[in-house]
Order: sequence, then structure tokens, then C-alpha cells
Amino acid sequence: MSNPMPGVEIANTNKLIAKYDNETKTIFGFWVYIMTDCVLFASLFAVFAVLRNNTFGGPSGAQLFSLPYVLAETLVLLSSSFSCGLAVLSAQKRHKNHVIFWFLITFILGAIFLTLELNEFHKFIAMGDSWRRSGFLSSYFTLVATHGLHITIGLIWMAVMIGYIIKRGITDGVLKRIRLISLFWHFLDVVWIFIFTIVYLFGVLK
Amino acid sequence: MIKVKKRWVILVGVVAVLAISYLYLRTVNIPVLEPKGIIADKEFRLLLIVTGIMLIIVIPVFVLLFYILYRYRDSNNKKTKYSPDWDHSRIIEGIWWTVPSLMILVLSIITWRATYALNPYRPIASKNPPLVVQVVSLQWKWLFIYPKENVASVNRLVIPVNTPIHFYLTSDAPMNSFWVPQLSGQIYSMPGTRTQLYIMTNQKGVYNGWSANISGAGFAGMMFKTQATSLANYTSWINKTRKSSPILTLSSYNRLSKPSSYVKPRYYSYPSANLFNDIILKYRVPNFSYRKVV
Amino acid sequence: MIMGTIFASFWLGKLNLKALPPNYIQMGGAVMILSILLGLLLFITVTKKWKWLYREWLTTQDPKKIGVMYILVALGMLLRGGADVALLRTQQSISVGHNMGILSASHFQQIVSAHGTIMIFFVAMGLMFGIINLIVPLQIGARDVAFPFLNATSFWLFFAGMILVNASLVLGDFAATGWLAYPPLSELRYSPTVGVDYWIWSLEIAGVGSLMAGINFIVTILKMRVKGMSFMKMPMFVWSVLGSMFLVAFAFPILTVCLTLLALDRDLGTHFFTAGGGGNMMMYVNLIWAWGHPEVYILVLPSFGIFSEIVATFSRKRLFGYTSMVWAIAAIVLLSFTVWLHHFFTMGAGSNVNGFFGIMTMIIAIPTGVKIFNWLFTMYRGKIKMDSPMLWFIGFVVIFTIGGMAGVLMAVPPIDFQLHNSLFLIAHFHMMIVGGVLFGDFAGISYWFPKIFGFKLNERLGRLVFWLWFIGFLVAFIPLYILGFMGATRRLDHYSAGLGWQALFIVAAIGTVLIGLGVGVQILQIVISVRDRKKLRDTTGDPWDGRSLEWSTPSPVPVYSFARLPHVTERDAFWVAKRHKIKDKSSYEDIVLPKNTPLSMVIGISAFATGFGIVWHIWWLAVVGLLSVVVTIIVRSMDEDTEYTIPASEVKKMDRQLRAEGGLR
Repeated sequence: MSNPMPGVEIANTNKLIAKYDNETKTIFGFWVYIMTDCVLFASLFAVFAVLRNNTFGGPSGAQLFSLPYVLAETLVLLSSSFSCGLAVLSAQKRHKNHVIFWFLITFILGAIFLTLELNEFHKFIAMGDSWRRSGFLSSYFTLVATHGLHITIGLIWMAVMIGYIIKRGITDGVLKRIRLISLFWHFLDVVWIFIFTIVYLFGVLK
Repeated sequence: MIKVKKRWVILVGVVAVLAISYLYLRTVNIPVLEPKGIIADKEFRLLLIVTGIMLIIVIPVFVLLFYILYRYRDSNNKKTKYSPDWDHSRIIEGIWWTVPSLMILVLSIITWRATYALNPYRPIASKNPPLVVQVVSLQWKWLFIYPKENVASVNRLVIPVNTPIHFYLTSDAPMNSFWVPQLSGQIYSMPGTRTQLYIMTNQKGVYNGWSANISGAGFAGMMFKTQATSLANYTSWINKTRKSSPILTLSSYNRLSKPSSYVKPRYYSYPSANLFNDIILKYRVPNFSYRKVV
Repeated sequence: MIMGTIFASFWLGKLNLKALPPNYIQMGGAVMILSILLGLLLFITVTKKWKWLYREWLTTQDPKKIGVMYILVALGMLLRGGADVALLRTQQSISVGHNMGILSASHFQQIVSAHGTIMIFFVAMGLMFGIINLIVPLQIGARDVAFPFLNATSFWLFFAGMILVNASLVLGDFAATGWLAYPPLSELRYSPTVGVDYWIWSLEIAGVGSLMAGINFIVTILKMRVKGMSFMKMPMFVWSVLGSMFLVAFAFPILTVCLTLLALDRDLGTHFFTAGGGGNMMMYVNLIWAWGHPEVYILVLPSFGIFSEIVATFSRKRLFGYTSMVWAIAAIVLLSFTVWLHHFFTMGAGSNVNGFFGIMTMIIAIPTGVKIFNWLFTMYRGKIKMDSPMLWFIGFVVIFTIGGMAGVLMAVPPIDFQLHNSLFLIAHFHMMIVGGVLFGDFAGISYWFPKIFGFKLNERLGRLVFWLWFIGFLVAFIPLYILGFMGATRRLDHYSAGLGWQALFIVAAIGTVLIGLGVGVQILQIVISVRDRKKLRDTTGDPWDGRSLEWSTPSPVPVYSFARLPHVTERDAFWVAKRHKIKDKSSYEDIVLPKNTPLSMVIGISAFATGFGIVWHIWWLAVVGLLSVVVTIIVRSMDEDTEYTIPASEVKKMDRQLRAEGGLR
């Protein structure tokens, strides 16, 4: 990384960095990002709403979904959100080990959720009801998998964060990122509530 | 002195261009502006009305633009008023929020009414019963089926005058748009979907039609002619075609629907009564097979 | 043999010798783009500029430089899109009756699609983001954008998308579907080649870049304004960009979804938009226009902003009706999401749906009209200087008003039935996008050029450029209105003789030649201005007697932008400071700026690899590219040493020196 101003001395003090990169800016920016992600999910929900009856001879939601299974998934994800919240609380108290512990729990719960979801996908595909089967299944898989993809990104991020905390402890910069990841994780939780209601609950009720 | 000359040259040039354009355009056919169908005619009148209303705003804009530019130009020798801090006036701004709003209000009422009156799905009142024609856009030609008359044609539409024509449209190809500008506005034809359009004309003649929506390599070759003729001529055309043309069997339909373009008009008799609906159902039902021709 | 095939299909996917251009004309395109690329590389190598290029440009995080790169890429793409037009209009002038012209139908349609895609995504968007990068931070008194790394990454994603579009000239083909690729034509069944995939992935990549830039500038404008600059004291350009960026943030996710679903249909066999299988093609048309209509306003709002600045400056008067202007922007932003259906009145929706969207569309004309009146009254009782930015403004008002009238006509559904998809529509939206967007960007470039490069552009040639563009534009597009009335539909590669169309197509082609000359003179103008840069030098930092903060800095703007952050108490802060001779008495402080990093470029290259891999089904490449993106982001997030400081004493010294040289106050 070269210095674009040759001849100018580099004085790198943490105080100045903190001043420059103020936290509110990043968190506000992250909220704006979440807003755009809301639009993305809203579009996918709209697509699902349009295609939900286009089963084209294939199974409908009522025939496919098992509510208890999805409820279990939901509870796992909700508790991961809870443990994520505890991680943030510990981070504010600068309890490094607690933070690592709660993030590990969150990570494990998130991974369990993802496994459950993939297992459900696998079951459907094995029965011959993959996304190729009908417009309804295309939109179902895409909507739920997009959420799953976000969860995956969250897990990678969390793993990196855990390593980061172990190596560097909880600095101001790390605390900021912990706030961001928890924001992200709670957001995914909210999206899942919508998926649970609109895709699964309404699907079975119908 | 030179400046004046330059201005005259420009003026004469512009007038000459306009005159030549006018003379040229008189020699050619401009379908949208020379409507022959009652729907196209109403659409054309609407176009004139809306344009007229808009000119109420647009002309002042142009006058103001050039007047202000001329009067307040920096090089103006006469002393004009200069008020660099004058930056708002409730009254003036109020005028140009209100006047355009009122204009749009008027236009909205016109639009709302016209949209209902000229809804393509709206039957045309007439003492003659409507003639049903089913239209299928193929790669890259138009198939017209006259279900009651047991006749079908490709790239040639023959209709009687003074009779409402009720089109049902679908596509066995990508999306197309059915458009005979002298008779009416266009409507999309889409696979698995049925759209409708009513037209009627009281003038005999031959009118060009196109597909207005890109549908693949041969789409420029989807031009067809619509012949509007007297009821007697139309009836004799139907009878002649039914007697002397090959039957539109499933296999001949399958051959026909293979990609081809710039296709010369062709005629068929006794198309399957189910054909049009089957073409739609093919895209809506899994493992569909055409019903046999009875 | 079979092993060999499997081996090749693993490493190369669908790519093979057949991907090379099939005929001489397409070969010509490929050779041209390759020789331009090789020529550039050779030139840089011969002049030994690689190191400089890398250090000063490719790795930069400075929005002033990123802006210049955006504009350079966009101007390059303007040439590409222009070359496309030359082919299109040549074909349409001669392909009549028995003559089938010089292009095959499919090639013609590819060029049509490429022209639209490139002009919107890589010219209009590029110029817009370029000017935003250059000017927004300066106008709000900020030294940088909110997220510099993100900003550079946006540019490199834009760049990657641009390369991907142009790669289709050399390997494979481009979408032959029109620039919005309606299914089912764009589905695998009717478009089995890689053309549509090129379209999808170049837009997907560039679109993600735009989305990130949108978020970035929202935060920049909302959070980084200098002290004292409340919302109602922001320059109008900043307001218009804020509106535009909100539209980006709300519209681009829809585009991402829409393109992804089409890609899934093509690559994984889903049934979103397919004919059959339970797909719904009408949903695609809705989704793409739910993005596409706001996109028009995304492009045109910043242009409105540029004109607001220019009209006030060259009339030497405060902008008239500032509050009205702000409300007009807000109204346009909201309304632009309620009109998308007017792009397909002809799809057979009911009267109340069509009527509603028709009326909403007309309502947008009100705030737009208000803006035009406000500009006119900004000039009223002013002292109007007719420099070339002002000429562009006049051209804009003339063309935009005519085009707007055509737009209101088409907002009436029954009239639209007669004009939809005809060349009338083409004339209308070119009047909006060339007259509105491009003229605005050109005006902005000639207005702010001295700020960025330190010297003005040659004014005489600038006027010539305007007149060539303006007259050429009218000659090229007025015939299209008439052709539309004559029933000529868009994207026609051939038509019958005897329709009376040919003469008008030839006139339109002559107009295109005039515009082409305009572009030629534009290049000449830049070359001559660079040659005469000493004579054209802007020593004051304020060549036009400007009003907003960017003119308080020396030209060209130093890397830190503001040596001391200005103090804002009023609208038009710099103008007020000049008039009341307010001196800046604040002291210098340390300035922290982002360090250069190649990682943004690495993300761009990786994104290109991913896109290219997916287009050709070279899955290992796609995976490697994606992994590379992820790893790069992680590496970047680990780096805590991303900034450097210029100490206050150094800032003071440099500032004094610059001001002494320029004779600045």
C-alpha cells in the first residue's frame, strides 16, 4: 500500500482513526443496507405470492410442509438470536470469554438451523419435488434458500469474528462490528418469522 | 450586417426543410394519423385533444425561455433589472404548482373516461353480431382461425366492414404484439394466456399489420395485410377457402409452427375446434397432449 | 477421446472454438475491441506508466480520482454504443425490400440490445456516478465519502460488468432480446446461447456496484455534511443526488432479484418466467419495470441537480424556488415507484389498473414542470452568461419539453396502444435520456472540468460540440416520431419497400452522423484543451464566479480537498462569503485520509471471473472467483492500518503554497 502523498509523513494514531471513522456512520450505513435487503426479500415474497398456486400438477405447500419440523427450526433460530443478544451484552461489559462463548453457541445454533433446512430441502428433492417441478416450488426454494444463504454468510462472518476477538480482544472497532453482526442476525430472524408465517403457516392452513 | 444575413440563411433553411418534409409526408401513408377503424379513429382524436391541452403549458414555456434568455442576457446593452437575491415568491410558485395541476386534473378525467371507453376488451356496439377470430402468433407469422366459419389463414386477415371483430389472442412463441395501426391500437399475445381485442371498420381497404414486440430472429418478417371488404365478398372468400384449402390437421399445425419468417399468405380449412384452446392449455397443464381433431 | 471431452468441458465449460465470431462483421467488432485493448496496454508499457497508473489510479480510494475513472470508462462506452448505432442505422437505411442489408437479423438484434444496455448501464450510470463522486463530497464540505473502500469497490464492479459486456464481442454472442430481455424470448428455450447470460451477469455485477454506491452516498450526504449545512442549505445538486440514491437503494434490489430469477430459470431449470411449468412471464415484466422506471429518475434527477447549479451560477442569481425544488424532487422520488405499469398498458390489464397508472404517470409531469418554471425564473432578472454549460441547459429544456409532451401522450392508455413499442416511443425516451441525462452530464463535465483538472475546456469547440449534438439529435429523432406514426416498430432489421419509411430512416442516419461528428469534436476539444492547458489554466479556483463550496478550493482540488473545513451559515455559502468578504480564520488541523489499496480491484477482477465462469458454465472459475471475493473481504476486514495522516503543519504549508501560486484569496 503506497502513500499517495510522497514526502508527507504518516502519523498513525488510534485517536485520529477513531475520530475519522465514527461509529454512527457505519451503523447507519448498515441500517441502510438492511433496508435494501428488505426490498430484496420483499420482492421474493411478492414472487412467492404470485406463484404459490402455480403447482403445475406438483404438490402444494399443504402437502409438503410439516409444521412441527419448521417450528423446531424456528425455535432454534430464535434461540440463536437470543444468544447473539447475550454476546452483545457481554461485549459491552468487555467480557472477552463470555462473548466468545455466546458467539460459539450462536454459531452452533445457526449451523443446526442450516442443517435442518438443508435436510428439508433434501427430503423434498428426494421425493422428486425439486425447484424444477413447478413455479410454486421454484419460488419456495429460492425464497427460503436466499434466507439460508444469508445465514451462511452470517456464519462465516461470525467465525471470522470469533477468531478476531480471540486474537485482538474487544477493542472499540471490534465492538462496532459485534453490533453490526447482531443487527444482521436479528434481521435474519425477523425475515424468518415472515417466511414461517407466509410460506409455511399460510401454506399449511390453505 | 453579417449577423443578419446568417439569421436569414438559417430561417430560409428551416422553412425549406419543413416544406420538403411536408411535401414528402403528403405522399406517404401515416397509419396512426389516418385511421380507418372506429377505435383507431377515437384514439387519434384523443391524441389531438391531449396534445392541444398540453400546448397550453408548453407554448408558454418556450416563449418564456427565449424571452428571458434574450432580455436578461449579460451582453444586453439596455439596463435590465438585476436582483440576485430574489429567490422565491409564493404567488408565482403557487401559479405553477396550480395551473399544471389543474391541467393534469382535466387530463386525468379524460384519461379515466377514455381508458374505459377504449378498453380493448370492451365490445363494440353494432347491429351486426361480432365475428370471432382467434389469433395465434407463431415463430414468425400470424395464424388466424375463424372458428365458426371453419377456416384458417396465415399472414392474411380478411374481415367484413361494419361488423365488430372480436379477437382472442395467444402465442405459441415468445411474446408478440398484434398491431394494425389503421384499425386499432395493439395488444400483446402471450403463451399460456388469452388476451382480447375488438375492432371495427366501415371503410374497405387493405391495411398493414405488424408484431410490435421483438420475438426472435425472424420478427421483422411478421408483417401481414388485413383486407376489409364487403360482407358479400367476405362470405364468398370464406366459402371458397373452406372448399379449396387443405385441412389444418395437428401435423400440419406442427409443421406450420416451426420457425420461419416472411411467410406468404396460406389458407386452411376445418381447423380443429379445440386448437386455439389447446395451444393455451399446452402451457398451463403438465404433460399435455393435443386433443384429437373430431 | 471421451476423457478429453470431459476434461475440456471441466476446464472450459461451454467455451470452444465455435464461440469465436462467425462472420466478418462480427470478427471486425472483435478485432477492434481487442486492438483497442492491446493498444492501450502497449501504450502504457511503452510510456512506462504502469507503476504510476497502479499507484495513482488503480489502487486509489480518492473519490475525485474514482470519479474521473468512472467518466473515462463511460466516455469509452459512449464510443462503443455509438459504433453500435452506426451499424444499426446503416442497416435500417439500406435493408429494404429485396435488400437484406449488411447484418443478419440476430446480429442486428444483439447490437440493439447491446446499445441499450451499454448506454444505460455503462454510459449514463457511469457519467452520473462519476460526477457524483467528484462533486458531492466537495459540495457538502467533506474530504471523502462515508465508506471509501466500498466506493472504490463499486467502481471496480462497474468496471467488471463493463468488461463482461464487451467480452461478448470476442467470445460468444450477446442477448438478441432487446435491452430488457423479456421472457420467454430470453429463456433457454428460445435463446439457448450465452448471449442472455452475458447480459444477466454484467448487469448483476454492475448493479450490485451501483447499489453499494447508492448506500454509500446516502450515508455520505446524511452524515458527513460540514458544520452548519442543514438540509435546507444543501446545494440543489446534493438534494437531487440524495433523491436519486434513495431510488437506487429501493430499486436495485428488485433488479438483482429479477436478474437472479432469470438466471435460475436458465441455469438451474426453475420456472419463474417460463412459458409452461407454472411460470409467469408477466411477473418478469412487472419486476423489471419496478426497477426500470425508477432507473429513469435515478439518471435524470442528478441531471436536474446539475442544471440547477448551472442556471444559478450563469444567471448570477440565487436559485429560484429552492423549497419548491426540494418538494418537487421528493414528489418525483415517491411517484416514480407508482407508475411502472405504464410500460405495458398493452398487456391487457383492466381499465381501472391502466387508468390508475396512466394518471399517476401524468402527475409526475407536475413536479417536473415546476422545476422547469423555477429554472426559467432563476434566469429572470439575472445576468445570463451564455457559456457552453448554459447552452446545454437550453438544449435540454427544448428537447426535454418536447419529449415530455410525447411522454404525457403515451401516459394515456388508449393513445399508448397506438404508440407503444413504435419508433415514437424510441424518440420519446431518447429525448428524455439524451436530452435530459446526457446533456446534463455534458453540461456538468464542462462546468466542473476546471475544478478537477485545473484548466477550462476550449469554449469555441465546446459550442461547436453543442450545436452538432443538438441539431444532430433533432435530425436523428424527429423522423422517428413520424416513423412511429407510420407504424414502424422498434428493433426492425428489415422492412418492405413502399411504406415510405426509407427516406426517414436515411434522414435519421444523417442525424446520427452529425452526432458522431459532435463526438469527434468533443475528443478534439479535450485534446486541444490539454495542449493549451497553460493558457486555459484556472488560477483562481473559481472560474465561473461559483456559489457552492467546491469553488472555494484551489483547482485542481488537492488530495485533502479542504485544507480547513469551511463554515456554512447560509445557502450558496461560497457566494455569500465572497460578497461579504468573509475570511476563514479557523486553524489547520491534522487530516486523515484512506490509504491506497489494490483490494477493491481484486474484488472487481474476482467478480468478473465469477460472472465469466457462470456465463460459460466454467464452474471451477466461478467458485474460485467467489471464494476470492470472500477471502478479499475478510483480508480487508483484518487490516487495521487503512489510513494515513497529513499533519496540520504540512497542510498549512501546502495550502499556502497552492494559494500563493493561484493567487487565491
